[in-house]
Amino acid sequence: MRWSKPRRSVVPASRRRSRGSLVPAVRAFTVAILLASALLLYSAPEEKRISIYSNAANYSLPVLERNGDEYIGLLEVFEPLGAVSAKANGFHWKFRYYDVESDFTAGKTRARIRGSDFDLPASFLLENGRGLVPLSCLPTLMPRILGGPVTFNQNSRRLFVGNVAVHFTAQVSKTTPPKLVMNFSAPVNPMIATEPGALRMSFNHEAVVAPGSQALTFDSKLIPSASFQENNGAAALVVTASVPLMASFANNGRTIIVEPLPQAVVPAQTASVPRPPVTSNIASPVSGGSVPNIRRYFAVVDPSHGGDERGASLSGQMAEKDVTLAFARWLRHEFEARGIATLLLRDGDNNLSLDQRASLTNSAHPAIYICVHAASQGNGVRVYAALVPGEAENRGPFLSWDAAQTSYQLISRTAGASLVAELQKKQIPARSLIAPLRPLNNIGTAAIALEVAPLSDDVSQLNSSTYQQMIAGAVAAGVADARDTLEAGR
Amino acid sequence: MIPRYLIIGVTVLLAVALGMGLYLWRMPGRVERGEPSAANTQPVAPPVSGASEQVTLYVAYDDAGVVRPKLVRIPLPVGRQERAAEILRALLTLYLDKFSPHPLGPGSEIRDVYLVESGLAVIDINAAFADGHRSGVLVEELSVVSLVQTLSANIPGITRAKILVEGRERDTLAGHADLADFYDVPAVTQVVAQLQNAQ
Repeated sequence: MRWSKPRRSVVPASRRRSRGSLVPAVRAFTVAILLASALLLYSAPEEKRISIYSNAANYSLPVLERNGDEYIGLLEVFEPLGAVSAKANGFHWKFRYYDVESDFTAGKTRARIRGSDFDLPASFLLENGRGLVPLSCLPTLMPRILGGPVTFNQNSRRLFVGNVAVHFTAQVSKTTPPKLVMNFSAPVNPMIATEPGALRMSFNHEAVVAPGSQALTFDSKLIPSASFQENNGAAALVVTASVPLMASFANNGRTIIVEPLPQAVVPAQTASVPRPPVTSNIASPVSGGSVPNIRRYFAVVDPSHGGDERGASLSGQMAEKDVTLAFARWLRHEFEARGIATLLLRDGDNNLSLDQRASLTNSAHPAIYICVHAASQGNGVRVYAALVPGEAENRGPFLSWDAAQTSYQLISRTAGASLVAELQKKQIPARSLIAPLRPLNNIGTAAIALEVAPLSDDVSQLNSSTYQQMIAGAVAAGVADARDTLEAGR
Repeated sequence: MIPRYLIIGVTVLLAVALGMGLYLWRMPGRVERGEPSAANTQPVAPPVSGASEQVTLYVAYDDAGVVRPKLVRIPLPVGRQERAAEILRALLTLYLDKFSPHPLGPGSEIRDVYLVESGLAVIDINAAFADGHRSGVLVEELSVVSLVQTLSANIPGITRAKILVEGRERDTLAGHADLADFYDVPAVTQVVAQLQNAQ
């Protein structure tokens, strides 16, 4: 702003006019470029892919268009399945899978596999030493080389080597509210997202197949139907509903339970030290349904560590992962007692990666994310906000994964300060700090971490229900106090 | 008849040859006994040659959960990169002391410090440092910021730092402090300012 005045004063009036007349033209040109780019991006065809499922590996490969046919690199198809080699010699291409030898000739449809002829539906192509075969030949070509059966769904481009398909059953319970329980024959880990009036589970790496019919109907007004869709090497199960839904995992990923998202709880009237309710496993909160898309005020609580990842060893027997889960359950209890709906990212001894924790949180759009840690050193509670890495930058509407927290640092720190104030009111030593602690920097909402330490050298205090509830109560009060700030920050 | 002097001469020569043979036969055993034990195979750093200089170490104190500056005099080499490594080694000497304010696991070492391109410092610690580190948000953060702040306070021009373990990237130090990303020196200075106030 300081340089604009003198610069304007030295430009002749005529030039100023001509520059002024250029501005709309430049703007129009920029808008046209942007529109054209958007149109190109929108109309860019989706890359064709094939997914191959086997006992050795599940993988996805790009499908190429050549002469109007779909082709695929043969070496890439077999590489994850075992020892392969290939050698190009002029127009000839020798391919070897373990001790099975095959000969292909560029431009020819006849090949030799295991010493006998094999006819391809279209010519074999050789591109820079890379052998390409028509996609449609895979169901006959692969068994000749592998010596075992394969099943190929050409419409969805999903290929199953051997008996690897994952089957599932789905039924809606008669409980209130109803629950859609899906049992899978192997553990699954779909990506979960919402669409208007639906919850979508995308199985990109699992060999999930349709249960007889692709359309499933249930005797439930809230969850009336689901459909199984397969396309471009992926499968998805879409559950339609008239209410917002949440999904949770149980039975080590073999069961997915879809149920209506709990409504905001009426503040509890009693406060007689109850045990926090224990449910099961990972909660994946999602909002959706045909109800208006109102952003509800709720918290995501993340008990850190879990499963094989035990966290700090607090004493001989006490692992951090167990203490954080107990604290998190108390936090949920205290939040819900104050009318703040709460979702625990894990409610059992499950291992979630840091990226999974961030993804689940970001897709749920909570008002605040609180991750819980525990330590044997120090005393009281340390409340952390994120130290966002410097080199990560948000560009326009796209948030950098590593710097997603940047815009929320202020409200995170304000919420942290509110928590510290509430803890100190209860004579609990508390301290506000910044820490390089993932996944705080990956969260696109207010995000803080708690590190709970005992008040004295007695580490066993971390396991005390009274101590856990006292801290959880103060934290919940702090979040309730910061509600206006957190709502404004959304 | 063999002359007597010849018999005596040959006998003496045989005795000398036998003695030499015995000596050579016992020699390898003596050499083995003189070698250092297998457990102590780490290379010994050459003594630092250079004038003693005053440096500021940012020392972590676990009891109060703080990082505080401490002035010490240590001999420093001339090269910028070598100086950086020596300064961090001086910090680790404090942490590995019997009365350490922030104990590290035995065998913890700074393998090297690399000063590369526009202000980036890469601190390479050994596996014993990371594997033997206590787990916890604060205790790990104290180690990380203590290293980065000590380096940036004494070597001008460092704006970012990255910590590697045995030359490789690692997600966290001991389950908490992020090592996957780069540390911005101004942000670390801000953290250290916070960490100078006790709980």
